Amino acid sequence: MKILFPLIAVIVLVLVALAGVDGAHLQTLFGIYIPYAALAVFLVGIVLRVIGWARSPVPFRIPTTCGQQKTLPWIKADNLESPHNTLGVIGRMALEVFFFRSLFRNLKADYDENRTGNELTYGSAKWLWAAGLAFHWSFLFIFLRHLRFFSEPIFFFVPFLETMDGLLQIGVPRLFMTDLVILAAVTFLFARRIVSPQVRYISLPADFFPLFLILAIALSGIFMRYITKVDIVSVKAFTMSLVSFNPTLPKGIGSVFYVHIFLVSTLFAYFPFSKLVHMAGVFLSPTRNLANNSRAKRHINPWNPDVKVHTYAEYEDEFRDVMKAAGLPLEKE
Amino acid sequence: MYDAGKIIIGLIVFLGFATFPIWHDGGKAVSAPEPEITAYAKKIGHCVEPEKWMRANHMQLLDHWRDAAVREDKRVYVSSTGEEYDISLQNTCLRCHSNKEKFCDRCHQFAGVHELYCWDCHLESKEMKKWAATDESF
Repeated sequence: MKILFPLIAVIVLVLVALAGVDGAHLQTLFGIYIPYAALAVFLVGIVLRVIGWARSPVPFRIPTTCGQQKTLPWIKADNLESPHNTLGVIGRMALEVFFFRSLFRNLKADYDENRTGNELTYGSAKWLWAAGLAFHWSFLFIFLRHLRFFSEPIFFFVPFLETMDGLLQIGVPRLFMTDLVILAAVTFLFARRIVSPQVRYISLPADFFPLFLILAIALSGIFMRYITKVDIVSVKAFTMSLVSFNPTLPKGIGSVFYVHIFLVSTLFAYFPFSKLVHMAGVFLSPTRNLANNSRAKRHINPWNPDVKVHTYAEYEDEFRDVMKAAGLPLEKE
Repeated sequence: MYDAGKIIIGLIVFLGFATFPIWHDGGKAVSAPEPEITAYAKKIGHCVEPEKWMRANHMQLLDHWRDAAVREDKRVYVSSTGEEYDISLQNTCLRCHSNKEKFCDRCHQFAGVHELYCWDCHLESKEMKKWAATDESF
C-alpha cells in the first residue's frame, strides 16, 4: 500500500495534466499559472525552511568526527575529519555536498549463523553511495542542460555540458548519458527500498513518491527528446516568454510537454515540504557544519537563564563585620 | 536567528542562482527565429515530408539519408506522400535550404543544438562557391 499509493498519486498527476490539456484545454493553467505558482512556492518555501532552521539554537558543538582533533602541536590533526577552523568546515562540507563523504562510510550489518558463528559482522556497502552519487550528478547535469531553454544567448557552460553528456555520439538526436544514468540510478534506489526487508520496513510513501515523480519526469523528458519529439524552437520561445514575464503559449505542442511541465511544477512545489529539502538542509546539518573547537573556544548556551550569583568574595564583603566579630577566618581583612 | 550573516548570504546566493535566468534575460523580448528558404522552395511550397514532421524529425531523416546514400548506395527516397526524391543533401536539401546561416543556424543556435557534423563532410554553399572560384581544376 505504501508503494501503491505514491505510484497512483503520480499516475493521477499525469492524468490530471493530460485531461486538463487535452480534455479541458487549460493550457494557460498548466503552462503558465501552475509553473509560476510552483516556482514561487519553491523559493518562498525554501527560504522559510532555512530561516526556521536558523532560528533553532545550536548550543553545543556536535560535529560527528572521525579524525584526530586539533591538540598538541606535535600530534597531527585531521582538519577534514575533525575540522578545527572554518577552512576545515568548508572543505568537509564541500566533500559532503559534492561526493557524499559520510554516505561513503555506509556499512552493512550482516548476521550469518553458519559462516561467522552467530556473529554480527559489518561490511562495506558502497552501492547506495554510488547510486546516490550517480543520481544526484545526473540530475544536476540535466538541470543545468535545461538552462538552454532559459537563456538567450545560451549560458557558456551549457554547450560544454551537452558535448560531454553526448560524447558517445549515439543516435540522432544524440543520446545523453545522464538520461540513462538517472533512470538506472532511480531504479536502483527504488529497488533497494523493496528488496531489502529492513529498508522496506522503514520506507514510507514519502520515500517512494519522489522516486516515482522523478522517474516520471525523466521518462516524459526522454519520451519528448527521443520518441514523440516536440518543436523545440516553439518550446524555447515559450520558456523564454516565461522568463521575461510575458508568457505566450506555444502553438501545436503535444500534451507530453504539459505533462512534463506539470510534473516538474509538482516537484518544485513539493520540494520545501518533503525530504527533498535536504538540498538546503545539508548545509545546515550541525553534525557537519560545526567546527570541532569546543576545547579551544567557549560556546555559551544561548538559552541559559540569567542566574544571579553571589560569589564568596561578595558574601564576605557583606558579612565581614559579623564574621569578624564571631572570630571566623576571613580571606581578606 | 542564529548565524544571521552566514544564513542571509547563503539565501541570497541561493535566490540569485535560482532566479539567474530572470536577471540575465528578464526584460528581453525573445521571439522564435524565422529560417529563410529560397525562391525555388517558395515556388514548390512543400518539403520532402510535411513541415511539422520535418521540424521535429529532420535530424533522423538526414541520418537515415546519410546511411542510405553513403553506406547502402540507395539514392531514391519515397516520401510519405509517395513522391520520389534524390537522396542528396547538396542537391535536394540545399536547393531550398541553401543558406546554412539563415536556415540551419538560426534555429539551432536558438535551441542550443550545436553538435552537428553535417558540415564535417559537406560544404555549405558559400564555401563551395569560394572553393570553386579559387580552385581552377574544379
